[in-house]
Amino acid sequence: MRLFYLLLILEKEIEIMTLAETKPQALDFECETGNYHTFCPISCVAWLYQKIEDSFFLVIGTKTCGYFLQNAMGVMIFAEPRYAMAELEEGDISAKLNDYEELKRLCVQIKRDRNPSVIVWIGTCTTEIIKMDLEGLAPRLEAEIDIPIVVARANGLDYAFTQGEDTVLAAMAHRCPKAETATEPEEKKERNAISSLLNFGKQKEEVTAEESTYHDHEPLVLFGSLPDPVVTQLTLELKKQGVKVSGWLPAKRFTELPVISEGYYVNGINPFLSRTATTLMRRKKCKLIGSPFPIGPDGTRAWVEKICSVLGVEPQGLEEREAKIWANMEDYLEIIRGKSVFFMGDNLLEVSLARFLIRCGMTCPEIGIPYMDKRYQGAELKLLEQTCHEMGVPLPRIVEKPDNYNQVQRIYKENVDLVITGMAHANPLEARGINTKWSVEFTFAQMHGFANARDILELVTRPMRRNNSLKDLGWDKLVKEEAKV
Amino acid sequence: MKLAYWMYAGPAHIGTLRVASSFKNVHGIMHAPLGDDYFNVMRSMLERERDFTPVTASVVDRHVLARGSQEKVVDNITRKDAEENPDLIVLTPTCTSSILQEDLENFVERASLSTEGDVLLADVNHYRVNELQAADRTLDQIVQFYIEKARKQGDLLEAKTEQPSVNIIGMSTLGFHNQHDCTELKRLMTDLGIQVNEVIPEGASVHNLKRLPQAWFNLVPYRELGHMAAKYLEQEFGTPFVDITPMGVVETARCIRRIQQVLNEQGADVNYEAFIEEQTLHVSQAAWFSRSIDCQNLTGKKAVVYGDNTHAAAMTKILSREMGIHVVWAGTYCKYDQDWFRQEVSEYCDEVIINEDHGAIGDAIARVEPSAIFGTQMERHVGKRLNIPCGVIAAPIHIQDFPIGYKPFLGYEGTNQLADLVYNSFTLGMEDHLLEIFGGHDTKEVITKGISADSDLAWANDGLSELNKIPGFVRGKVKRNTEKFARERGFVEITAEILYAAKESVGA
Ligand code: SF4
Ligand code: SF4
Repeated sequence: MRLFYLLLILEKEIEIMTLAETKPQALDFECETGNYHTFCPISCVAWLYQKIEDSFFLVIGTKTCGYFLQNAMGVMIFAEPRYAMAELEEGDISAKLNDYEELKRLCVQIKRDRNPSVIVWIGTCTTEIIKMDLEGLAPRLEAEIDIPIVVARANGLDYAFTQGEDTVLAAMAHRCPKAETATEPEEKKERNAISSLLNFGKQKEEVTAEESTYHDHEPLVLFGSLPDPVVTQLTLELKKQGVKVSGWLPAKRFTELPVISEGYYVNGINPFLSRTATTLMRRKKCKLIGSPFPIGPDGTRAWVEKICSVLGVEPQGLEEREAKIWANMEDYLEIIRGKSVFFMGDNLLEVSLARFLIRCGMTCPEIGIPYMDKRYQGAELKLLEQTCHEMGVPLPRIVEKPDNYNQVQRIYKENVDLVITGMAHANPLEARGINTKWSVEFTFAQMHGFANARDILELVTRPMRRNNSLKDLGWDKLVKEEAKV
Repeated sequence: MKLAYWMYAGPAHIGTLRVASSFKNVHGIMHAPLGDDYFNVMRSMLERERDFTPVTASVVDRHVLARGSQEKVVDNITRKDAEENPDLIVLTPTCTSSILQEDLENFVERASLSTEGDVLLADVNHYRVNELQAADRTLDQIVQFYIEKARKQGDLLEAKTEQPSVNIIGMSTLGFHNQHDCTELKRLMTDLGIQVNEVIPEGASVHNLKRLPQAWFNLVPYRELGHMAAKYLEQEFGTPFVDITPMGVVETARCIRRIQQVLNEQGADVNYEAFIEEQTLHVSQAAWFSRSIDCQNLTGKKAVVYGDNTHAAAMTKILSREMGIHVVWAGTYCKYDQDWFRQEVSEYCDEVIINEDHGAIGDAIARVEPSAIFGTQMERHVGKRLNIPCGVIAAPIHIQDFPIGYKPFLGYEGTNQLADLVYNSFTLGMEDHLLEIFGGHDTKEVITKGISADSDLAWANDGLSELNKIPGFVRGKVKRNTEKFARERGFVEITAEILYAAKESVGA
């Protein structure tokens, strides 16, 4: 088994994509020890299997992976589970057993019992360490048992939390049909994608009638997994500008993956999708629209504007729209204006949220983040800078691979009003009189677009509203000795 | 390879960390990939811990894989030692990182050259044992380490205490109702005039482990955790241990009688019979409950029991002996210790099931259609599907197993709690049944297609389908607000766009 070790030393190509060359930024980027708490990227299974209704996710790993999933996903297992563990046993690890035969046995069973349209293999640290050749095995097995198999290596060695989705979408991008190979004529196919997405069901005619409301532009596909209502909202948002979204990656069903052909425009709606972006650009020869992310009214407006400008459409009424949303949130803004927020770093949504909250009138000393792709997040980082300048507040320091212990010291020192943190630190910080909000809540909240901005503030202000009422009771610090971290 | 959907017991490192972090001022270091520090979340969230979980990951990533992790592990150990001055640092791999077969023993040796505190490598085979076995082994290992250490330093405290005394072994963090059990057992010992010498590992200091030999006996209430340490102490110091789980009226009495015997053999002269009788007949409500008319109605009802060894065995005995309930089968997921389980329950149930596959257990429940299930959270969900009530009696732990109020499973207060649990489980079933007969459940869809009764508004299909995607508990409010919005603006049909416009304008 020592052999694995040697092989690993030899193989040094690090998987993480580097779009690299940094533009000169006034922002301050640091890198710490990486001793921070976050979820394993295989957790993406939790939301992706729900999003892609005809899928089955098979996580190939150890008991540790299984136990994590079980605890992280709690509820989901009880409903007809469309994910499972392929638990590796000693025989698999020592390569006494034949990987292909083993996986075949399990996949045949899954096909028989669940009949999904696709099986997604999720690689884990263990498959990386024992160098199981999932990408090599999948096409053979796919041909033999006649069911699409998509391979995503969402392991905890290379990625953090939400990046798991990125690995899956990047793998799925390869499966998107090209216009000319699509079985149906392009036009009809696209319409199907839209109609299924808007849940119009039978009412295709209605959509056709509306075609005329769109400008004539090159096809645009959005990528990122969002709850269906948010997909509808963002699609409608662009429709208001006459911009037609011809499909989403992922779609509700694997069989309805959007057509993506060379020259299509693509845009990612989440900050953690840099790998998918690269895949779409390099492999599918798409043109990436690098925009800020549609989080907060400011971000959503910038997002719409950027897409419109690339597609040559003159956006209408955005300023009034944004102003109205802001006016509607005034009650929440009052609570947070002038307060400070600290991101410990967990889900890669940190920069977008910080930018929005700074626009709301908060200050932000630090943005911790697991991984920073300065190019894919370029437009967002620029908007962050611009926002700080316009609001007249200092730029946050951005700490990649943070160290939670050091961060807690800084939180004490800087006397922060609100900490957005992973679940492991929330209770201990609260016990020390520090307001916290779980970062995972933002991962799962419906927060994209104009209409949902208020929901973000509902989350952000909740600890402050709650703790304000407790303050009068003197229930502030609930640990005896002064906190030793 | 094995297709798995659910596990009743966690992986080995969870057991090791449960023991390590139960001690005061002991730090756990996991040699593990980034995503494996889920233990911290569980402890912080489930136990509602106020303190930071004393566990750090020494992260295994690509760079570590390429260079080896010696430097990093040693760094992390010495860093924690300096930052938090723990008495002991326990290093553990996870099953994933153990594949690397790095020489962790060697890292520990190197690190301990420069640390103030002690450093130990958890001596557990991460591929072969589960959480429960690893916890038992780790506790044993830590106890042995400190006994040996005290012996070498000559400050081992071997002389027995003047008054009868006990060590309670096996209370740990993230254990099923452990905190309340612990309080209850301490009370019981006080009532019996027995001094509590040490409770381990929960809340104990490793420095006090040298005091363990002072106790007259060791109490090991749980089958899963504490046995190895108790056996070691018996072997080294001849300290007897009592391993009868004091759960239920009968077993609690049996446990107390055994304690009496153990004490009297060492020259004490105690008689607990009067105490047992008083508790059984007048203090605990459980015996009276068994005699009451309520319980009479449960006679002969069918139940199944499933859980870890401790709780499944005890529950089977209680149902069958104390309440006259017919246990059709009793099962455990502690496969590694199945002989013990068979021996304990065989005479109290028709069939014994040893299986850790939740699907098979679900099928076994469906097969016999019991009136009630006593099992884990998983069986509770099976029960929901089959419409059979379920009382939860065993781990895997869940937030509901950490109630704010006092709910022990052991001792005399435990007997009351169990009586409630049994009674509520069965009556719940009965109530459900009645409700169904009289149509009491409101299962109608709140939103029906088309026009709502008193409304001038129509919901377009897309609007309706969007509305239906909104979580049930706010849907009514969103619907009302949207209709108000539409009415004010003179729309007659509500589309998805109008729904979201309304949401924006009123923040519905
Ligand atoms: S970090 Fe690796 S070993 Fe741990 S749960 Fe994630 S994939 Fe599995
Ligand atoms: S339904 Fe209840 S018991 Fe089941 S997972 Fe959710 S909270 Fe837990």
